[in-house]
Amino acid sequence: MASEEQLYAIKGSKVLMVGAGGIGCELLKTLALSGFQDIHIIDMDTIEVSNLNRQFLFRQSHVGQSKAKVARDAVLKFRPHIKITPYHANVKDPDFNVDFFKQFNVVLNGLDNLDARRHVNRLCLAADVPLVESGTTGFLGQVTVHVKGKTECYECQPKPAPKSYPVCTITSTPSKFVHCIVWAKDLLFAKLFGDKNQANDLNVRSSDAAGSSEPADNVFERKTDEKIEQYGRRIFDHVFGYNIEVALSNEETWKNRNRPKPLYSRDVLSDELTQPNGDVEKGKTDDPASISAMTSLGLKNPQEIWSLKENSKVFLEALKLFFVKREKDIGNLSFDKDDQLAVEFVTAAANIRAASFGIPLHSLFEAKGIAGNIVHAVATTNAIIAGLIVIEAIKVLQWDASSYRMTYCLEHPSRKMLLMPVEPFEPNKSCYVCSETPLSLEINTHRSKLRDFVEKIVKAKLGMNLPLIMHGSALLYEAGDDLDEDMVANYAANLEKVLFELPSPVKSGTILTVEDLQQELICNINIKHREEFDEEKEPDGMLLSGWTQAIRPEKENANSVGNGESASDASQAVAVELEEGNEMVEVPAEIPAAKKRKLSDISVTRSSVTRIAETNSNKIVEELDEDDDDIVMLDDDGFSEIGKKRKSQ
Amino acid sequence: MDTEELTEQETALYDRQIRVWGVDAQRRLSKANVLVSGLKGTVIEFCKNIVLAGIGSLTLIDDRLATEDLISANFLIPPDESVYGGKSLAELCGDSLKDFNPMVRVSVEKGELSSFGAEFYEKFDAVVVSCCSLTTKKSVNEKLRKLSKRVAFYTVDCRDSCGEIFVDLQSYTYSKKKLDETVECQMQYPSFEEATVIPWQALPRKVSKLYFAMRVVERFEMIEGRNPGETSVADLPSVLKLRKEICEAQSVNESFIPEALLGRLLAGTREFPPVCAIVGGILGQEVIKAISGKGDPIKNFFLFDAVNGKGIIEDISK
Repeated sequence: MASEEQLYAIKGSKVLMVGAGGIGCELLKTLALSGFQDIHIIDMDTIEVSNLNRQFLFRQSHVGQSKAKVARDAVLKFRPHIKITPYHANVKDPDFNVDFFKQFNVVLNGLDNLDARRHVNRLCLAADVPLVESGTTGFLGQVTVHVKGKTECYECQPKPAPKSYPVCTITSTPSKFVHCIVWAKDLLFAKLFGDKNQANDLNVRSSDAAGSSEPADNVFERKTDEKIEQYGRRIFDHVFGYNIEVALSNEETWKNRNRPKPLYSRDVLSDELTQPNGDVEKGKTDDPASISAMTSLGLKNPQEIWSLKENSKVFLEALKLFFVKREKDIGNLSFDKDDQLAVEFVTAAANIRAASFGIPLHSLFEAKGIAGNIVHAVATTNAIIAGLIVIEAIKVLQWDASSYRMTYCLEHPSRKMLLMPVEPFEPNKSCYVCSETPLSLEINTHRSKLRDFVEKIVKAKLGMNLPLIMHGSALLYEAGDDLDEDMVANYAANLEKVLFELPSPVKSGTILTVEDLQQELICNINIKHREEFDEEKEPDGMLLSGWTQAIRPEKENANSVGNGESASDASQAVAVELEEGNEMVEVPAEIPAAKKRKLSDISVTRSSVTRIAETNSNKIVEELDEDDDDIVMLDDDGFSEIGKKRKSQ
Repeated sequence: MDTEELTEQETALYDRQIRVWGVDAQRRLSKANVLVSGLKGTVIEFCKNIVLAGIGSLTLIDDRLATEDLISANFLIPPDESVYGGKSLAELCGDSLKDFNPMVRVSVEKGELSSFGAEFYEKFDAVVVSCCSLTTKKSVNEKLRKLSKRVAFYTVDCRDSCGEIFVDLQSYTYSKKKLDETVECQMQYPSFEEATVIPWQALPRKVSKLYFAMRVVERFEMIEGRNPGETSVADLPSVLKLRKEICEAQSVNESFIPEALLGRLLAGTREFPPVCAIVGGILGQEVIKAISGKGDPIKNFFLFDAVNGKGIIEDISK
């Protein structure tokens, strides 16, 4: 139980929870039972059916409602006298500024994406409020403590970037199922049903390679009076037949690769146009969620792998249903893992492409996991992690810095431990977030535009929300709602200029200052001009360095795991965050990646392990005479292997 | 293996966890029957976990009437005497757990654990006991071992910010993934009695102190005829005396079991909810593993202490 001092600290505290999902539900319950009296909770999400297997404060009847609000009501039933303040909002909203954060004694994260985690980290640093951070995936989980000046901040170690693939692998030479999924989701689906104005690599391929008489874009437009069945078959034949033929004509590509097989609808399906059971009538009001090609084709089991013929039927049927039943959505759809029809279309399209390239087909269940970046989740891990968060939160409230721990929840024991505590790392002196260390950027200042810099570096890499960019005293760019029209026009013009041609030219040796007023984060970037970049290895055409090369260079895979729902949406055209360690998705090449991830998730440097052992034997009085504390530091095979690997720094 | 498919409703509800343990495991879970006895914080956490996971049925035993103290770490029962007054813990928790997952059958049995016979225990695939005497623990364990079918047995107890789980899977076969292939593994478990009579000198050198401290407190309660957890700091002198006797009998130095640790275990009778969540979470995972036959199970003790933060597996067997 909690001691008197602990209870005192708990009762007088005011805590902020960010996230009311998998970890959040467990955390709110455990906080309430432990005696916390004043809890604020932010979550922008609403409840979905697939949450109910672990987010135990929610019921079927709550589907569609605010997580933060329903969680509050559920907890008040067993702890009616405490104060819980819910916010159904995005933590990145400007209302949640540094002053808002300052009112709390500790912030507890139960988030599911890197972007929000980084944002909260910065606000906690700016407001000087301790942060307890957490994440789970499957049976793995971790809890870390971040206290300004005492321990490393959440960003002291670089986080893994979303997995991205070279464009040509996706457009012309897929070798894994995930490549087909990315193609189906980010190129074909986006082309047919998404925003027509967005750049899309699909049209590049179909036009320039062919030199066809009609502009590529028109290929995907449904002609007036074109029957939906004809249109579907035309699209099918174009993307799975014609485009493959065109690609095959480039012999160079196939020298060392298996040649794909063009597929035409007349060969896969007999000539009769698919006629599903029951006619689809236009205008009939259906619940969009119940519109399904599987249902109309009588396919029931999402775990089953469909034949090429079945996939082709699903493809045509799903396309047709979009045009007949959801016409108003067309043009502004983006892929959503909870949109059944979209998942069916993407599964079918990916499988047809896979068949063409000799890649094994997958079930809808598996395809959905890959396409939706679904991080698998179970209740038990979330409950354990929530318990560990509360234990750390209580230490933080008592300013008991010497006993802060980061704890790993493992699937397979390491040195007999399933729950492994490790002493937190010290702040990284070259962290650009908590130590004001300048970064450096190699970029072609004669070719890259300010827009590329803003999108690919300031937003994607530095995670800034509302950035402001200065060159000396010259303001080059600023985001925000309260700008006057002249400025907006000026910035819009700047965005389209290459760096060297900006009003105050950016060239080798320039120092740019980038600032986010909401996050109160400011950093300097030293610019170095570089002429050439490797398209495969440096697809951004620029290279940011600085904190990434500090201290632990090889830890690219470690440290961030999602909490349950979809990982952050990959915004680049051909980028996808791979799901880690998914046993169900048997894409052979992903398995080593999963292993590596698991290993690095539990990895800690040798020195830190030794440190914790020393700390324990010195400071935990009642265990002075114990000799079992050194178990963490001795060399077990697996452990020393990790230790060595990481020691090289 | 049956090939019955999960319903659409099950697939939607269990989507995220099927991605962790697979459809076969989910099917086995939905056919399994679990019995729990002793409904305090840790067991409540466990019940929540396996009801959410979609176990076939859960049977609750605990005739104790709800009191403010008994429900201090219980999120299933509102702290309102006009609601809980006069009702047993099992009834109250059963009503609440039913809501968690309509696909799970939750029921209540009345009576003492020791009064049930073989035909009763045979209905279950796993039995979890908590808050019961050492004698009852051992007798239930022995009863289960005599059944014609294998029933997994677990005990769980939390004292202060410490928790202990004991596991007996008897002779257990399971599959695990090694690189790309699935391999069969075999394990032999001792009973609680068999494990705890192993001389301490015969155990590996670095067994967690908590294991020994728990044995001393457990023995103290048995000798004194106390209910589990009915202790206080005032008992420390008698417990230290007992420690001396036991340590002498085991030929170990009595400083082997730290006094401060014993003091904590005796004094901390009110539950610490974070520890309930952690230990109840580990127990939930273990029962799911044992039922689905997937993943390395704990053999055969799990010990957690929030003070050092370690969750340790100890193999106490010959």
